[in-house]
Amino acid sequence: MAKETELIILDEVTVRFAGDSGDGMQLTGSQFMDTTAFVGNDLNTLPDFPAEIRAPAGSLSGVSGFQLHFSSNDVQTPGDNPDVLIAMNPAALKVNLKDLKKNATIIVNTSAFDTKNLKLAKYDSNPLEDGSLQGYHLIPVALTQMTMNTLEGLEMSLKEKEKCKNFFALGIMYWMYNRPLDITDKWLESKFAKKPVILEANKRALKAGYNYGETTELFTARYNVLPAKLKKGKYRNVTGNEAVALGFVSASLKAGIPLFLGSYPITPASEILQELSKYKAYGVKTFQAEDEISGICSAIGASFTGSLAITSTSGPGLSLKNEAMGLAVMTELPLVIINVQRGGPSTGLPTKTEQADLLMSFYGRHGEAPLPVLAASSPADCYWMSINAAKIAIKYMTPVILLTDGYLALGSEPLRIPEISEIPEIPVNYRKDPEGFYPYLRDENGARPWAVPGTPNLEHRIGGLEKKDVFGNISYEPLNHEIMINNRDKKVKNVVNDIPDVEVKGLQEGDLLVLSWGSTLGPIHEALRRINKNGPKVSHVHLSYLNPFPKNLGEVLKKFKRILIPELNLGQLAFIIRSKYLIDVIQYNKVQGQTFKSIEIENEVNRLLGGKDGK
Amino acid sequence: MENNKIPEIKLTAKDFASDQEVKWCPGCGDYSILAQVQRSSPDFGIEKEKMVWVSGIGCSSRFPYYMNTYGFHSIHGRAASIATGVKLANPDLQVWVATGDGDLLSIGGNHFIHACRKNVDLKIIMFNNKIYGLTKGQYSPTTDKGTVTKTTPYGSIDWPFNAIKLATGSGATFVARSIDREPKHLQDMITRASKHHGAAFIEVYQNCPIFNDGVHAHVTEKDVKAENTLVMEHGKPLVFGKNMDKGIMLDGLNPKIININDGNLSINDVWVHDEYDDNPTRVFLLARFTDIPGFPVPIGVFRQFNKATYNEDVTGQIEHIQKTKGVGTFETLFAGGNTWEVQ
Repeated sequence: MAKETELIILDEVTVRFAGDSGDGMQLTGSQFMDTTAFVGNDLNTLPDFPAEIRAPAGSLSGVSGFQLHFSSNDVQTPGDNPDVLIAMNPAALKVNLKDLKKNATIIVNTSAFDTKNLKLAKYDSNPLEDGSLQGYHLIPVALTQMTMNTLEGLEMSLKEKEKCKNFFALGIMYWMYNRPLDITDKWLESKFAKKPVILEANKRALKAGYNYGETTELFTARYNVLPAKLKKGKYRNVTGNEAVALGFVSASLKAGIPLFLGSYPITPASEILQELSKYKAYGVKTFQAEDEISGICSAIGASFTGSLAITSTSGPGLSLKNEAMGLAVMTELPLVIINVQRGGPSTGLPTKTEQADLLMSFYGRHGEAPLPVLAASSPADCYWMSINAAKIAIKYMTPVILLTDGYLALGSEPLRIPEISEIPEIPVNYRKDPEGFYPYLRDENGARPWAVPGTPNLEHRIGGLEKKDVFGNISYEPLNHEIMINNRDKKVKNVVNDIPDVEVKGLQEGDLLVLSWGSTLGPIHEALRRINKNGPKVSHVHLSYLNPFPKNLGEVLKKFKRILIPELNLGQLAFIIRSKYLIDVIQYNKVQGQTFKSIEIENEVNRLLGGKDGK
Repeated sequence: MENNKIPEIKLTAKDFASDQEVKWCPGCGDYSILAQVQRSSPDFGIEKEKMVWVSGIGCSSRFPYYMNTYGFHSIHGRAASIATGVKLANPDLQVWVATGDGDLLSIGGNHFIHACRKNVDLKIIMFNNKIYGLTKGQYSPTTDKGTVTKTTPYGSIDWPFNAIKLATGSGATFVARSIDREPKHLQDMITRASKHHGAAFIEVYQNCPIFNDGVHAHVTEKDVKAENTLVMEHGKPLVFGKNMDKGIMLDGLNPKIININDGNLSINDVWVHDEYDDNPTRVFLLARFTDIPGFPVPIGVFRQFNKATYNEDVTGQIEHIQKTKGVGTFETLFAGGNTWEVQ
């Protein structure tokens, strides 16, 4: 007999799973995510894990988390503050408590609250007993103990059994949010097809957790978040890194030329290399090079030879690739450098996010070496911006930097799967005709011909030394150098013809405009949605194309009295906007390895508005 | 298969010379290397457009500009990486790397050893003049200990690299040495490298008349070279000397120089060179000769053997997956996996 429970309909919920980095929190979170996507919610996720693979068990530094925001409406961020926390041990509780909403629900694994773990988490007294959790809705569950009981009789070690406790917790969450078990069951069946005992154990733990929710008196309500009204179509959940991989495979298929990735593993960009290594059926060649420099140089070689060539990296790797990027600028070869920004400088915060590589992307190379810079604004947008980056690189015969960041790379959201007809055309015109051929002839866009080795009668030499305009032989002539510098600069400026004008959200002119770029779109959008709820007050422009800026940007900026630029750095876009448009801007900066919370943006905008009203 | 198509019209050395004026210093050994490459190229058995020369930075790295083939003069040390990308993108191309001792063994050392390890089908010719020439005379990673250069005014205290040992130890599958002043021998080495499948390395002793003149004089000057040079030929005993009366005998793992005419020992006691030796130990013994005073400098092919090349495996794996799983299309890209439909 099921007990009586209330079913409450909610618009949106943010949950966070937290435990030891060995507790399988990322896996648990992604299972909850897959099921949530299947039932039709819009969602956005963010994993948060330590740089250490296995920090000491039970310690504060070893806490790993996975946050998921799901809703019956449009979702653009993983949520500021969780409504629900699943804490697998005292350390997980301690680390995450400060982020929770008032009255948040906390499901704790009481089995882990022993003296040793409390000490590791630096608790002087047991928070479950000392009243410090007053104000929260605490649900104590002996997760480990009950998992062990459930699995009694199975031929497994105690340690293996204990490892199933995350599925018990997941079962409880599925009950609480009225989700089916079959998607996770199916996943388990394929994952553990060859390990029947482990499969059985995890399925049992999941089911037992679900039944526990059903029968225990601890839960008085279940919640339902109805499906979101997403655009019609087929969807797939993607992380930013997966989306980059899919985007470049799509671009390669559309362009009809093979994809080559030269790369070196680096957090948080490695998944791009890992993902693309799987796409051999699509003719994708991945080269795990001996270092970052070889990663980009092999890609330059492949580009010379006619491939859609890309290299993926993060901050320290971008620093190492700078010289080779200059070579790609000089030799005018198509290449996309994907930089998944992380906290810097140096090793910095490898698993955290930041937007502090913008100036390096603009100006990082020696000499006058301009190249287009693009930035993705959400995990799904990584797909589209990858395609756009490939298109620009090929059309203009230029290296392009595509900026994403740790927040996008590892966060996820649903991507509507496009038809191939929705992918922009990427025409490839290898030069074949020797008649009138010179390596540095230019087309109407300023691009030189792509004459690939193997083509008869087009043998030519390129290189890092300055070349004679049109003819391409080495030239040290003073005036020629200036002509070539201008040719390369003009070519990058021409890219403006291929990028859309900025769109002002809200009033087209007025007092305050928020100007943003890259991954901060989500929290800024959410903040402004709340601010403008009762009528438009604050306008918003978001930049996906940074070099060159969209044609109408200067004009748009001049229509507003004040411009606020929130950035996860010390003001890099602000610096460029000031110097390019000779207008002042208001900076709002955060460099804590985390993206903005929408409430932070909301408060800052309100502060500016309040200031104006003289409050 | 690559490299087996014979062009219809036999090309000549001239066809491989570009219209650019060669700008090395008068007397530079690079001229000879360029000439031998151009003379050998018609014998490679490939179309001119399928030959690609990649270089890094240094005097030697100007090389691609003088070849009327596809060429890429890149950045310091990175030629092997760029060449790897070229070869992987189109395995039908024959990819050559022109490089120097500084470019390849100093700044490019990492790329060199990994290209050898992976057995990428590249043909790497290292011009070894034991000096930095283009930057005007600083010591290089092959400069002999004690050499006075601009950055070692009191003599170099560095131990030099032995490039043959490094290439062999890193996994190169064709390792040879020649000398700029031995045109026929050099042509032979170049042509043989062109036919090899896998990472091929040729060290060429090259004279820099400006900054390190005569550094190889012991193997280039008429009066002394016969006593100091050991020409290795497969299946032949290792004999040398003006009168070809000296031989190398292996005493266990110790090479010894013997007189084959002194009545005690004979040609039958001399080590017979085996290029296809599957054990690299004897290659290291030969490579060490340049480190042992009194021993001759071996030239010729130290060792060559075949194993799967990196580029063949890259292509092979793709072909295998496409055969077993089908060729991917845009339609299959998103099929399967965790997708769902929104109505």
